[in-house]
Amino acid sequence: MATFVGKRLLLMLPTLILISLVSFVIIQLPPGDFLTSYITQLSQSGEVVDEAMIAALQKRYGLDRPWYAQYWLWMSRVVRGDFGQSFEWEQPVNQLIWERLGLTVAISAATLVFTWIVSFTIGFYSATHQYSIGDYFFTFLGFMGLATPSFLLALVLMWIALRYFGLSVGGLFSPDYAQAPWSFAKCVDLIKHLAIPMVVIGAAGTAGSIRILRANLLDELQKPYVQTARTKGVPEFRLILKYPVRIALIPFASTVGWSLPLLVSGETITAVVLNLPTTGPLLLGALRSQDMYLAGTLVMFLSSLTVLGTLLSDILLAWLDPRIRYD
Amino acid sequence: MEVTKQFKKANVSDSSKVKQAQEIYVASQWQLIWRRFRRHRLAIAGGIVVIIFYIVALFAEFIAPGVPTKYDVKYNYVPPTRIHFTSEDGFSLRPFVYGYRREIDKETLRRTYVPDRTSKHHIHFLVRGEKYKFWGLWEADLHLFGIKDSGAPFFLLGTDRMGRDLLTRIIYGTRISMSIGLVGVISSFVLGVLIGGLSGYKGGIVDTGIQRLIEFVRSMPTIPLWMALSAALPPHWPPLRVYFGITIILSLIGWTSLARVVRSKFLSLREEDFVTAARLDGCKEARIIVRHMLPSFTSHMIAAMTLAIPDMVLAETSLSFLGLGLRPPVVSWGVLLQDAQNVRTVAHSPWLLFPGLAVVLTVLSFNFLGDGLRDAADPYAR
Repeated sequence: MATFVGKRLLLMLPTLILISLVSFVIIQLPPGDFLTSYITQLSQSGEVVDEAMIAALQKRYGLDRPWYAQYWLWMSRVVRGDFGQSFEWEQPVNQLIWERLGLTVAISAATLVFTWIVSFTIGFYSATHQYSIGDYFFTFLGFMGLATPSFLLALVLMWIALRYFGLSVGGLFSPDYAQAPWSFAKCVDLIKHLAIPMVVIGAAGTAGSIRILRANLLDELQKPYVQTARTKGVPEFRLILKYPVRIALIPFASTVGWSLPLLVSGETITAVVLNLPTTGPLLLGALRSQDMYLAGTLVMFLSSLTVLGTLLSDILLAWLDPRIRYD
Repeated sequence: MEVTKQFKKANVSDSSKVKQAQEIYVASQWQLIWRRFRRHRLAIAGGIVVIIFYIVALFAEFIAPGVPTKYDVKYNYVPPTRIHFTSEDGFSLRPFVYGYRREIDKETLRRTYVPDRTSKHHIHFLVRGEKYKFWGLWEADLHLFGIKDSGAPFFLLGTDRMGRDLLTRIIYGTRISMSIGLVGVISSFVLGVLIGGLSGYKGGIVDTGIQRLIEFVRSMPTIPLWMALSAALPPHWPPLRVYFGITIILSLIGWTSLARVVRSKFLSLREEDFVTAARLDGCKEARIIVRHMLPSFTSHMIAAMTLAIPDMVLAETSLSFLGLGLRPPVVSWGVLLQDAQNVRTVAHSPWLLFPGLAVVLTVLSFNFLGDGLRDAADPYAR
């Protein structure tokens, strides 16, 4: 097992390097370098452009050198935890992202658990009650979940909450807690606000997982060993739970790999609509104002997160499924 | 007597069965695919909806009751007009709409529109109305349906902030939103066939490398990446160039699923006897691929492409909604949904969410159609 984990970690390295390259490309993408746009921004707002500062910045980011040298400079700072300067916020990127990244991880994890619980219950029901009204209903709901863009679902839920319950949903904290330091009460407040984001972000993933679980469980239920167990008089409920469900559950672990990018994607856009203090709105704002160090760093972290999640799911899968060999 | 009847009956059904079997035996692959596809009712329904949407996209100018740029601030945020059949004069087979009277609430100063029972406008087919340029080529003013008095308000799905007719704009938006999926899928198709084909045909280290690349692309969260890439499109670009820029960005990530289908098909076909036979006959590699291998999985490719289109439509809508994709004055469903970004606005005028309904319907239909096509793609499987 240890060698397996070690090998997977080694395999992750090139992926992480590729991610850093993509992020670097994103930082470099806007026409002209960021310094020129920074200078125009400064002169537009009527501030005096300090020649010495410009020269210092140019040297610091190696703007007069070829791209691979710039990449190397940038990378060597990234490894040391220096992600550059956010020109919009006039703060190091470092200080801006951690709390928001943490909240993104928290929401994604909560949504994943929510997705699992809901899709397990519904998938189990749909497979054991194939072609019943409930099955058709959930199948329909699943298709709707796949077809509705998450931001639209968020808008509709917000509208319903406002129109029929007079509630203003959105955000992750009540006003009292928004600026408060972390405490137990603040965590409780956070959990109360999690419901709507969880449903919205999880909708597409849940729909997909239900279909997978239902199909797998249906396949398993037709196998001879189930017949055998039934003829031997094993109670139906115990029979299903004990063997077929365990096999049908494996895709849950193996699909984390593709559901994580989906979750982070959904989280990004939902957060903008629901006004969550996570990475989504920060990224959007950074992109709009061409604050590229912030944007690039965020993309890099979000991508690394999903890669890390895939690694975790592979390890979980190897541990769950005895058919997978480590070597 | 009874026995002979039964015998005859059995005979008849037997002979029809034999006939059916013969038909299947001589049917071409595409006939078999069609037979199987026909049994998938939802797929048929999805296909019909998709065709209707493309017809709407093709003839948007004619089908829309107005033109998308016409605005009238006097009529901003007008709720959807109700179509009536009965009035105090009794029932009329020709539906009609009432005009509007604007009233301002003295306390909240909010405008409300109440139907004006004195002005009545019948809805006619093929009316002359606003002038437009059909496909940008011919001047015309014929609309599929509408009211004869073109000055009167006729907003079946309400209006937006500028008093523009939402139905007209959704119909015009169909053109952009439906075509961006098609163009995007075609460019990802080219990428997917090239890269997936290379991977499956060459095998070995090329295959491993390309598989790693596909895994890498699939492990990236798409929306942040799309956002970052489309934010880099220069703001001064003309709309058409932005449109193609966005499609290319979408297909840069969307090619992977198609590449996977192509690769797996190549891997399984490579070992087939007919490929070996072609090779022994001295066919060139390009000819083997194009002439012998491609036709045998065209149906799979069509199914995979159909399933890839809804992702493109959703992506374009999301990007435009965030203001990073297409921008006004271009009309797409995502651009229209930008107006609904604020929940307060939505609460007052929920009809602004109608473009979203079009998106959901499109994606749903494409998914059903694609599912049916995928099941039918291999008509020999049981």
